[in-house]
Amino acid sequence: MSIAKPRLRIKFKKPNSLRCVDTHYCSGCGHGIVHRLIAEVVDELHIREKTVGIAPVGCAVTAYDYWDFDVSEAAHGRALACATGIKRCRPDLVVFTYQGDGDLAAIGTAETLHSANRKEILTCIFINNACYGMTGGQMAPTTLIGQKTATTPWGRDPQRGEGYPLKISEILAGLAGVVYAERTTVCSPQDVIKTKKAIREAFLNQIEKRGFSIVEVLSQCPTIWRMSPQEAVQWVKEEMVKEFPLGRIK
Amino acid sequence: MKKPKVTGKKILITGNEVIGEAAIRAGCRFYAGYPITPQNELTAYMAKRMFEEKGVFIQAESELSAINMVFGASATGFRAMTTSSSPGISLKQEGISYLAGCELPCVIVNVMRGGPGLGNIAPSQSDYFQATKGGGHGDYHLIVLAPSSVQEVFNLTISSFDLADKYRNPVIVLLDAFLGQMAEPIEIRNSKFEIRNYKKKWALTGAKNRKPNIIRSLFLKEGALEEHNFKLQKKYNQIEENEKSYQLIDTDDAQIIFVAYGISFRIAKEAAKILSPDIRAGIFRPITLWPYPYQALKNICKGKKAIFVFELCLGQMLEDVKLALEGCSPIYFYGRPGGGVFTEGQLVNFVKKTLRMV
Repeated sequence: MSIAKPRLRIKFKKPNSLRCVDTHYCSGCGHGIVHRLIAEVVDELHIREKTVGIAPVGCAVTAYDYWDFDVSEAAHGRALACATGIKRCRPDLVVFTYQGDGDLAAIGTAETLHSANRKEILTCIFINNACYGMTGGQMAPTTLIGQKTATTPWGRDPQRGEGYPLKISEILAGLAGVVYAERTTVCSPQDVIKTKKAIREAFLNQIEKRGFSIVEVLSQCPTIWRMSPQEAVQWVKEEMVKEFPLGRIK
Repeated sequence: MKKPKVTGKKILITGNEVIGEAAIRAGCRFYAGYPITPQNELTAYMAKRMFEEKGVFIQAESELSAINMVFGASATGFRAMTTSSSPGISLKQEGISYLAGCELPCVIVNVMRGGPGLGNIAPSQSDYFQATKGGGHGDYHLIVLAPSSVQEVFNLTISSFDLADKYRNPVIVLLDAFLGQMAEPIEIRNSKFEIRNYKKKWALTGAKNRKPNIIRSLFLKEGALEEHNFKLQKKYNQIEENEKSYQLIDTDDAQIIFVAYGISFRIAKEAAKILSPDIRAGIFRPITLWPYPYQALKNICKGKKAIFVFELCLGQMLEDVKLALEGCSPIYFYGRPGGGVFTEGQLVNFVKKTLRMV
């Protein structure tokens, strides 16, 4: 008795640029999705062999354990300075930074602003989760007004001198060196597809030497927000998006 | 700002500018810096020369950024340098610690000025502790070279790039505002320097036909960082074994020994001439401040009547001299802080007065 060979085709698989390991991220975290999207884009553009990533300080500090291409660490906030050094020496490489809100918009504001202003041919993937995740949920520059964090136990209050949510992508969009700035989420399959498109465009801008690109991804952090993954997704959709409107900024 | 001619003849050039020229000749093709006095001539020199050599020059938005750009450049295997003066070097310490932790070679030049704080812009040697004992966080060492003439600034800057690559470690060239600003005739050797090509298999060049390279100083797994530190220590031990360097002047039949480096050495040398022949003073000049030539100093000082340490600060290298001598000889210190520069006359008076009391 012979069994007819099943005709199977692979429709979905791990990108080559992603290693075959479990991540350390919490359930419902957005990091894993964005890691994968970057890996997919790197695969599709056939640039794995000339890609260099800069891992941030924050939850994604060990991103090099997950991506399967050259990666460097950088001190907190200095990712874009480090990326500048790499790209200026090796313009043939495709260099991107992967940074959180504290990294990019607090301790690294100067590096962010000035590398964008110098029109460094770089791609910046900015993960905005409105808090410092790894250090236990302190206030970030992007923390929403009224949002409770470890260091704003009564909710962020500008009247108490805690400032306002910093819209770094809008600030960068005002610079001549920035050619592309878009804000997306990874809250639904449609949004994930949109984010991938944005990441792809940001990489293409670099390959075609157009200038500095930033993709800001509003990403859920259920653990720090003390929410279930579903609630966290809802919170991005309902609260974060109000403060940080989605879509192409530049 | 003229480009020095490559003739083998002597040219007149300042210490600051010659650092730039030496770096270019050593194959340095990446420079990032931030304006600070008294080393601004160097940044300006690099802006022009890097352009001519098709290298990279970036005026960074801060010292933090400059050192981290060097971090990135070094990660690609390029020879890279940043330069500054005392307050700027303080800002670079974060990056320096990361460079040491990631074992990235690079050259950092500190043209020292008076401190603490904003201090002033006059010559000083008060960053000795910062350069030789750390400055940044963690268990690490930098190779520290201290030239004492413009010619030596040139020679040591060139060697610094080789040392950095050889050991995958940042190297500091430590001079003072005096040496930086001073012009001296020097010989720029005509023949092309033997730029050794170090194979940098660890560099970030794109993971083509090899496993991905990762530059990191983060080791979270239990015991992993300890292992990394032991590995670094092994390297530091090797450097201590191989790279100690110093200069001796008339130490054999000397009654007393002067210990001084950099510009202080130049002044001490003059003081020794004045004292001679009544008082025979020999000079011990460390060229590497880390690794410090402890044993050589101890051997030289054996049986000498008195040891004099001269520094443009209130006694930083003095501690290393004390460590070296282990109480075997009496040590006397003369120094001026805050940008004050002693004259040979002041040193002579101090030595005479001290010896009368001994």
